Amino acid sequence: MVDRVVDFSALLVVWPVLIPILAAAVTACLWAWPTAQRAVGIASLVLLLGASLVLVWTVASEGVVAKQFGNWAAPFGISFVADPLSAAMVAISGLLAFAVGIFALADIRPRQERAGFHPLFLGLIAGVNGAFLTGDIFNLYVWFEVMLIATLGLLVINRGKAQLDGALKYAVLNLFGTILFLIAVALLYGATGTLNMAHLARILPGMEMSPGLTASALLFLAAFGIKAGVFPLFFWLPASYHTAPIAIAAIFAGLLTKVGVYAAFRVFTLLFEMEGGFMREIVAVVAALTMITGVLGAAIQWNVRRILSFHIISQIGYMLMGLAIATPVAIAGAVFYIIHHIIVKANLFLLAGAIHRAAGTDDLRKAGGLLKSHPWLAVLFLIPALSLAGLPPLSGFWAKFLVIDASLRVEAWWLAAVALVVGALTLFSMSKIWMEAFWKKPVLVRATPRTVPAAFLIPIALLGAVTLGIGLFADPFIEYARVATAALVDPAQYIAEVLPTLQPASPTGLAEIIENKGAVQ
Amino acid sequence: MTLVYALTIAAYMGCGLYMMLSRHAVRMILGLALLTNGAIFLIFFAGRMGATSPPVIPRGIDALAADAANALPQALALTAIVIGFALTAFAAVLALQTYRALGTLDVREMRAAESLGAPDAPSSGRVKSDG
Repeated sequence: MVDRVVDFSALLVVWPVLIPILAAAVTACLWAWPTAQRAVGIASLVLLLGASLVLVWTVASEGVVAKQFGNWAAPFGISFVADPLSAAMVAISGLLAFAVGIFALADIRPRQERAGFHPLFLGLIAGVNGAFLTGDIFNLYVWFEVMLIATLGLLVINRGKAQLDGALKYAVLNLFGTILFLIAVALLYGATGTLNMAHLARILPGMEMSPGLTASALLFLAAFGIKAGVFPLFFWLPASYHTAPIAIAAIFAGLLTKVGVYAAFRVFTLLFEMEGGFMREIVAVVAALTMITGVLGAAIQWNVRRILSFHIISQIGYMLMGLAIATPVAIAGAVFYIIHHIIVKANLFLLAGAIHRAAGTDDLRKAGGLLKSHPWLAVLFLIPALSLAGLPPLSGFWAKFLVIDASLRVEAWWLAAVALVVGALTLFSMSKIWMEAFWKKPVLVRATPRTVPAAFLIPIALLGAVTLGIGLFADPFIEYARVATAALVDPAQYIAEVLPTLQPASPTGLAEIIENKGAVQ
Repeated sequence: MTLVYALTIAAYMGCGLYMMLSRHAVRMILGLALLTNGAIFLIFFAGRMGATSPPVIPRGIDALAADAANALPQALALTAIVIGFALTAFAAVLALQTYRALGTLDVREMRAAESLGAPDAPSSGRVKSDG
């Protein structure tokens, strides 16, 4: 028994979940010692970033990595799979968690730490990474719930009136979404007899789209739509995001909706086809309406956080647009878009925190004069703001370019037109923040400018540098997005890595055994 | 038998959805609890119902009997029950705390989050925020 040495490299796929879960447990044990919690939190985030980068490096050089829990052969146990897309998502969320963790050092107050900020934050990261890495559709549901409970805890960490109100609305709508997800899983299991995504990917193409399967696909779309915040299911997002402390709002803005988008990409490339049944048309119309309502909702707001919350919604539309077009070029564009957007959006929320610190308010009507008092902040704001609006040479330009180019290639003129107009309106919102907070004369003149702590500026600069890096050296990132798309469009390697014993050469096998078993019962 | 189960699940879901349409937060949470239970029934049902023997492999044989029950839906249902219980309990506590803070659970009167930094908020006084 003792001679069986634990092979740590075999746990490569599991570390991005294991590290934050262990750290969450340790910080929960250190409840009475916030300083120790902070140290454990930062140390684990550094480890997590390292582990995620090793994972993405391994996947980029060696292809899909899979791990079966408890060494149960694939369709029976739970698999964890890292393909290029999920590895990239894990790496980006590792980077973001690290940046927000540093930001939180100066933003999160002792009262919030005593309310359990560190365990909840790390639990949220574990849930997000679990959702990215799991290869089992029911397990994905479990990670969604882990995320949900951690999110709710973080939302009400201040126990203020607005937080409680926002959290209740968030809870009801998101719980409804996860119930739809559960129903979809039940219908899928009833039709196929398996929950392993690779196994489903092998069985489903040979099956007729029965009413049960169609209902399952539509319920998946609705459930992930609620998570991603698409039109008309987004109302929980602007109802709650602006109430949370800014470090928490930043990690929500960066990761939560994107988990919904990721799950939609996973399910609608690996399991279901976008072809037929008006699926593409539905998603295309939803994408266009999401872009428009989000950007118009932002246009009338004066509160920085509310402007940014509505922009999350409009940006989700661009990613869905890639899924609606569903050509490899479009999906590659959407993958690039997700990676760019996570960084930029979270950075803008961090900047909203810095603006709040510097101007003393979130209300743009009362802010002003920051260009003079905090010139560096102004420069740091311009990078993500112009990137979000899609100005070259920043990352947002390439993201928008790829998606719109793909829509023009399939002659979806109206979709391209919507995307371009929404891009211009995004620029309007960003220039509004710029004009009001930075450019205009201060409403209230202060003798000494309020200082912004270094723990705010370092993560903002780090994420800004990444945005610039993606923009200036876009080629390797686009190439990576192409590789990730190739793996999504043709999941042969994904399936082979998870189900090595069941090669396509022998179609009779487990599926048949399970089907027979289902028939017997 | 199948039809009875299907109708029961449909009735559960229908009641749950009806409760979700209420404007009172407690009714919504009850509706969510009903919907969760409906979904759990559906999982159980998806594993096929019927007269089956327990999924235990007898001594000396190395395979399940052909009429053994499907164990997977039971595992899934247990997981979903635990998760559903935890989240319903959390939602109930959240509703209680919200009632204590706002004095109402009628969603028409719950405007605390909506009025925080709203564009039509009176611009006198600093917008309160917890960042």
